[in-house]
Amino acid sequence: MTDQIAEVPVTATAPPGPLKEFWSSFRENRGAVFGLAIFLIFLFVAIFAPLIAPYAPDQQFREHLLQPPAWQAGGSWEFPLGTDPLGRDMLSRLLNGARYSFFIGVVVVGIGAFFGILIGVIAGFAPKWADTLIMRIMDIVLAFPSLLLALVLVAILGPSLINAMIAIAIVLQPHFVRLTRAAVLTEKNRDYVTAARVAGGGPIRIMFRTVLPNCLSPIIVQAALSFSTAVLDAAALGFLGMGAQPPTPEWGTMLAEAREFILRAWWVVTLPGLCILITVLAINLMGDGLRDALDPKLKRG
Amino acid sequence: MLSFLVRRLLTFVPTFFGVTVIAFAFIRLLPGDPIALLAGERGVSPERHAELARQFGFDQPLWRQYLDYLWGILHGDLGISFVTKKPVLTEFFTLFPATLELSLCAILLAVLVGIPAGVIAAVNRGKFFDQALMTTALVGYSMPIFWWALLLIIVFSSGLHWTPVSGRISLMYFFPTPTGFMLIDSLLSGEKGAFASAVSHLILPTVVLATIPLAVIARQTRSAMLEVLSEDYVRTARAKGLSPFRVNGIHALRNALIPVVTVIGLSVGTLLAGAILTETIFSWPGIGKWMVDSIFRRDYQAVQGGLLLIAAIVMIVNLTVDVLYGLINPRIRKG
Amino acid sequence: MKSTSALFCLAAATLLSGPALANTLIYCTEGSPEGFDPAPYTSGTTFDASSKNVYNRLAEFDRGTTDVVPGLAESWDISDDGKTVTFHLRPGVKFQTTDFFTPTRDFNADDVIFSFERQRDPDHPYYNVSGGSWEYFNGMSMPELIESIEKVDDMTVVFHLTRPEAPFIADMAMDFASIMSAEYADQLMQAGTPELLNQQPVGTGPFEFVAYQKDAVIRYRAHDEYFHGKAPIDNLVFAITPDASVRYQKLKAGECHVMPYPNPADLDAMESDPAVNLMHQEGLNVGYLGYNTRMPPFDNPKVRKALNMAINKDAIIDVVFQGAGTKAKNPIPPTMWSYNDAVVDDPYDPEAAKKMLDDEGVTDLSMKIWAMPVQRPYNPNARRMAEMMQADFAKVGVKAEIVSYEWGEYLERSKALDRDGAILMGWTGDNGDPDNFLAVLLGCDAVGGANRAQWCYQPFDELIQKAKVVSDKAERTKLYEEAQVVFKEQAPWATIAHSVVFEPISPKVQDYKIDPLGGHIFYGVSLSE
Repeated sequence: MTDQIAEVPVTATAPPGPLKEFWSSFRENRGAVFGLAIFLIFLFVAIFAPLIAPYAPDQQFREHLLQPPAWQAGGSWEFPLGTDPLGRDMLSRLLNGARYSFFIGVVVVGIGAFFGILIGVIAGFAPKWADTLIMRIMDIVLAFPSLLLALVLVAILGPSLINAMIAIAIVLQPHFVRLTRAAVLTEKNRDYVTAARVAGGGPIRIMFRTVLPNCLSPIIVQAALSFSTAVLDAAALGFLGMGAQPPTPEWGTMLAEAREFILRAWWVVTLPGLCILITVLAINLMGDGLRDALDPKLKRG
Repeated sequence: MLSFLVRRLLTFVPTFFGVTVIAFAFIRLLPGDPIALLAGERGVSPERHAELARQFGFDQPLWRQYLDYLWGILHGDLGISFVTKKPVLTEFFTLFPATLELSLCAILLAVLVGIPAGVIAAVNRGKFFDQALMTTALVGYSMPIFWWALLLIIVFSSGLHWTPVSGRISLMYFFPTPTGFMLIDSLLSGEKGAFASAVSHLILPTVVLATIPLAVIARQTRSAMLEVLSEDYVRTARAKGLSPFRVNGIHALRNALIPVVTVIGLSVGTLLAGAILTETIFSWPGIGKWMVDSIFRRDYQAVQGGLLLIAAIVMIVNLTVDVLYGLINPRIRKG
Repeated sequence: MKSTSALFCLAAATLLSGPALANTLIYCTEGSPEGFDPAPYTSGTTFDASSKNVYNRLAEFDRGTTDVVPGLAESWDISDDGKTVTFHLRPGVKFQTTDFFTPTRDFNADDVIFSFERQRDPDHPYYNVSGGSWEYFNGMSMPELIESIEKVDDMTVVFHLTRPEAPFIADMAMDFASIMSAEYADQLMQAGTPELLNQQPVGTGPFEFVAYQKDAVIRYRAHDEYFHGKAPIDNLVFAITPDASVRYQKLKAGECHVMPYPNPADLDAMESDPAVNLMHQEGLNVGYLGYNTRMPPFDNPKVRKALNMAINKDAIIDVVFQGAGTKAKNPIPPTMWSYNDAVVDDPYDPEAAKKMLDDEGVTDLSMKIWAMPVQRPYNPNARRMAEMMQADFAKVGVKAEIVSYEWGEYLERSKALDRDGAILMGWTGDNGDPDNFLAVLLGCDAVGGANRAQWCYQPFDELIQKAKVVSDKAERTKLYEEAQVVFKEQAPWATIAHSVVFEPISPKVQDYKIDPLGGHIFYGVSLSE
């Protein structure tokens, strides 16, 4: 018994064994490694975009409006992926767009997961009536289709990137609440928790130091999947004119701005969408790998 | 069983009330001035503004407005659209068949393609076929569908001229639409070529809307099948010398379908969210597009009523799925 | 996904070849009408679906011009004091006979009285039927202007005005003044369904309403007994297609014959497309940047002039309008009578502008530019325009921040007397009268309202007030020309552009004319095979 209590925090904070085990099973999944590689490139671009990009994303070259990419007739290597209707370099805008998408993913998952986990843990430990109340509120949020709810929330808050992120985080957080609560409910009555309680751990300590670390696997997987949902939904809001506002080089907003050129300049429509797809795909590949590596049941199957 | 049903129904009522509060509160929180919007560049005088606000009931205290609203809901009255000056309920039910038709077709496509794909992938686990199918499914699952729709239009409508660009049927046809489902109405009309026209208009929006549910169903079917295939009774069946088709197709699939059916039921919300984008791009006269337009036009009553009705649909579908699931799987009932 | 492409092949094989309805013109309209009674609404989309094709008015605009010609009134007399206007009605005009209404009498004075009293008299049974929001009637100051309307006999109606108003006849040709059938309205009221007046219209116009499927299609057929003769086309269909590139696709595919509001981006392609006849005409509108002339340093005309000189309008015409616009120098468009072509525009000269600002002691100026969130006829992309102005102002050392609000809020907030910043705005003419621009947008009465420059300048205001009461057109022209000179000197706005209206039509369409007032009128149009 006492052994177990001593052991649990160790696994949670500095576990050399499990991490290695995780990595070896993650590595088995070729898709996941591929996804991770793309994600690292994406991360690199997001951080160093201003250094890599040939121009500032909002610099206008009025002599080069809607110039096609370099390999097409009329293009030049000055603007490798062509220019947009205001003569801004597509490559520079796309590279900078990675920053926004990464930022959106991190902030949305950060806010959503933080509040979701907090509320979930509370619900798991709270008395029945409070638990019911919390879950009923989550049911209400989940009764609306996510994009519709986000759309109305942004309309209320005013269309901007920050507000779009807040709206998506609100829409995503019930998933974290449900997941955390379910995990807490299964873990709560295990022996090691009882032991910790007998050993005199306060409720807060038990909630967050003893139980939570053991519920993390499904939450991590959910966080990875939420990251891709956040990128997609933010782009969709941008596309509907309710996300980032021009001239922000956010990919969905770029797509919306370029829509009128759909028949004339394929590159302004195709490229931002392709960037969204590749990013989301890489994150989902990674998410699949994470789930397989963290969820022993599926690993066996 | 009865107590399970009753319990489930009891949770429905407070959630529904919560939804009415949210729908109501959201609309009051929306910034902007619908009266100014109506008047345009010319603008209205402050006196006229106040007079209009009184006419539309905006000058009442909030609790009063909410009670009126609730009273209306109980009588099947969701108010009058600010823009068209017609009952919101009428507007909703004029447009709903279009969304329903599109969603049903999308679900049908997702099921008809997704389940076989998942089964084939599971049976060929680890082989090329499995990997190719699952990669495709993951691409579909990661697809920004508004972009996907534009690409399909560029290729199939503008490029190849295979499908029409938008709408539900060629305007050359004119017949009454008693059911609101263009596929059925076009058959009832007896006009030559009308059905084909309706089908050709449905294809691209259906494909776009089905993309994500299809990917989800294929992935879910595969993992459910893998689980079932490793169970004892399947091994027994195989040992008894039953043909692979009977083992995989009948025994395994039947059991694997239970979680898949749940996924299908739960994708209604995804579908309605997808309908917002799909209908906007294809000018499909359904409720998704209507909601977006109403939000932009600050049509308070329409947004409020639409939110409520859509949430109610999602809740009813979820309830049905839950109850069905409880019927199939008695273990849940106790939980 | 494999089976998906199989589905496509199947579809391609079964592609339709439907029966073409004889002599049907399809118009791909940009949105759904709000209703079919024009009076409660203000949007052109609604007018196209109702007043422009289903109804007539006492006076009409001659198709393709802003000239006022007789309509349901054969003639009119104006008394010497300008306060009594007598309309002599046209005899033998038939209302449309439809599935839902069969008229028993011809058009007469009762219909005229009904059409106006319902908007004027709060006790009228129809006053509150459409929410009581008669926005145009109110917006054109009709409640103050009209003292009473009198039926002299079945064929004569007299309007008593509270003051002489030169543009009154032109007002009577506007959409809100459409004449409804009083008989039909009475019938609906008796049946307890007055709201149908706004859903199933009956008018005297060239096309009668058949059916409407919400957000999808509106159908009309020609009115056989139309008083100018039956329309050359038998059927008229409005296909509701909000997306401009989709409208172009449909035009190319033969799925529609006329489309409004093309993407500027598609104009080049349309020009060279043999399947498209691209028509164009200068629009009756103006897009401008209005300073707040009550707030320093914009209360100084020299500062306003300097900023005007910093704006590169040629670049804006190229990029924002994609060439579909002309530079504006006056507050009224060049197609309008009294346009003063002698006025010289402020030159684009950043250096001189910078020097002028320095001379006025304006350094380190930061300002806001308001950009509307929606596309307007006079400004296809306000955001883009604001971004370009921001770059232009930076060159003369002025920092500009772009702000935007939801459209309704934008309209409301921008009226504030102490608004911070210059505003991108514009106007589309209602009736072709210069008063409709100069008094509405720049008169002292309009400060705190549609006069978003908050500009009240006595010498200018005296000129336009005088022009309002004089009925001689030559004299009015002189006054308005002078007013434009004063406007340019004082520079309350940076006049940016008048858009050019483009309308791509199918080569099969004959005798279509662009309406300078922005409507889409299909009487007189025919289809060749």
